[in-house]
Amino acid sequence: MVVISPDTAAAWDRALLARRTTVLLALVLLTVAACSLTTGAAGTSPWTVLADLLAGREVTVADRVVLFEIRLPRLAMGALVGASLAVSGAVMQGLFRNPLADPGLVGVSAGAGLGAISAIVLGGFLPAGLAAALGYYAVPVAAFLGGWASTLVLYGIATRRGRTSVATMLLGGIALGALAGALSGILVYMADDAQLRDLTFWGLGSLAGATWTKLAAAAPLMCLALLYAPTLARGLNGLALGEAAAFHIGIPVQRLKTVAILTVAGATGAAVAVSGGIGFIGIVVPHLLRLATGPDHRYLLVNAALLGAALLILADVIARIVIAPAELPIGIVTAVLGGPVFLWILLRQRGVLDL
Amino acid sequence: MIRALLATLVLAGPAQAADRIVSIGGAVTEIVVALGEADRLVARDTTSTFPPAVRELPDIGYARRLAPEGVLSVDPDLILATEGAGPPETVDLLRAAAIPFVEIPDGHDRDAVQAKIVAVAAALGVPEKGAALAADVDAALDAATAQAARGPRPRVMFVMSVQGGRILAAGRNTAADGIIRLAGGENAVTDFEGYKPLTDEAVTRAAPEVILMMAREGAEDMSDQVLSHPAIRTTPAAAARALVQMDGLYLLGFGPRTAQAVRDLSDALARAGS
Repeated sequence: MVVISPDTAAAWDRALLARRTTVLLALVLLTVAACSLTTGAAGTSPWTVLADLLAGREVTVADRVVLFEIRLPRLAMGALVGASLAVSGAVMQGLFRNPLADPGLVGVSAGAGLGAISAIVLGGFLPAGLAAALGYYAVPVAAFLGGWASTLVLYGIATRRGRTSVATMLLGGIALGALAGALSGILVYMADDAQLRDLTFWGLGSLAGATWTKLAAAAPLMCLALLYAPTLARGLNGLALGEAAAFHIGIPVQRLKTVAILTVAGATGAAVAVSGGIGFIGIVVPHLLRLATGPDHRYLLVNAALLGAALLILADVIARIVIAPAELPIGIVTAVLGGPVFLWILLRQRGVLDL
Repeated sequence: MIRALLATLVLAGPAQAADRIVSIGGAVTEIVVALGEADRLVARDTTSTFPPAVRELPDIGYARRLAPEGVLSVDPDLILATEGAGPPETVDLLRAAAIPFVEIPDGHDRDAVQAKIVAVAAALGVPEKGAALAADVDAALDAATAQAARGPRPRVMFVMSVQGGRILAAGRNTAADGIIRLAGGENAVTDFEGYKPLTDEAVTRAAPEVILMMAREGAEDMSDQVLSHPAIRTTPAAAARALVQMDGLYLLGFGPRTAQAVRDLSDALARAGS
């Protein structure tokens, strides 16, 4: 066991607190999920629909579509995307030992953005057969491929003689991001009016396009990454002492880096592909939890998944009721909710937070 | 067999009874109202702003970013949507919810106006009213374009915006290009398609005699600012202070008011050019 704090009593207290937080967050997640199923512009009540279904009574097509084709996939998508972004953020901050690290650092966001823009603007130039096969999944598929490609390039740049330099990766990420931004700029210049509106909305993110098909494509990857992430906890705890120290206490540092980067690229790539650019969750959630229950990754990763899922579902509920029957892009909601709360906590805890 | 055929025919015309209609697209909504069927509307999209009475209807959001649950929440039995409304995921879900979704073709010429009116009238189950309205609009357009043809033929540059001093102008294949030509003008910018930023030198070279802009409700009058823009200042339009501003939907909607818009614009061009 890796003890982070020399004061074992305090560490034990924190562990207890963290476990209690896990239970609390699980309850919050369930509550928010129930909210998400029951709230919406259409005023469909899932309980009446369920009761009707169980009693064998007729359910209107509209009610069935609202509940099973709109709210349920959105709920599942919100939970997975929120959890993926928050866990990826926590892993990145642990790996880079940098509080500003977010999933974007491994180049996923820039690459995914470029992929999405390419699909929106150049979609018309695809060979007819391929375009037909991709249908309207061209944007998510291109975003995912773009995200992965840029992560692999960045990983290649930062790895020399089997050793990945975190600093090179950070700087390489900035250069790669600038390059992707420039290429995106060229495509933006070529885009017509309607495409520009699509691009803007894509960047703001939304769960409105959640369908079972999209979920079936993206969920396995996100689930795999989420289930695998907790096994990185011990390694990330060791890494907090520095790379050399971690190596000397027996942590396979290089393997940890590779696996952590691939996990984050998988989870974030899939999340960004299906929901567009949703900022903030990856940074705010891990920091909130570190402030509340300490930096031990064994608890942090699990709690981050729960809180990330709950927050994104809540943001989605707000996004769809606040100007109903129209809908706000969810990225706006997460930033408006998260920004002030995060600042407030930061100001209150300035002393504790020794970044 | 015949019964099945009849059934499809009946299914193809459920619009006959539709009286909870969601109209998506400014021109589509205008046509519904012009056909005298406004009381069948229950909701509209953000771009549907004319006549002012339709603003009382619930707004289901931007036409290309419709939220499926929002649309379903107004309990529609027919959705009339302009070409390009979406996203496709939403359209699929609405079709899955067994709500007829009729796409109305869009375009920037006289034929497109006719096609829109005919398509909307057919979907509403009032083809005779549609034919009458289409004929009226066509006759009015004949008169308006004939009058416009007698006027001057100035070079017009449509300026979408001057954000940060950068001029976003309309090239070929745009609604602005279409209306300028109907009104007897000549688009000064033909080097590209769509709306693109112009360099200052390109503005000078285009040498427009009239600047055309959208009038924005509630926004301050931009004409002085636009006419004193360093590149526009070099053009004949600035020398003559020839700047025309018209409401965006009226000017570019290509709906039932197009003939009136053509007349207004050609009058304005004649005044500005003199």
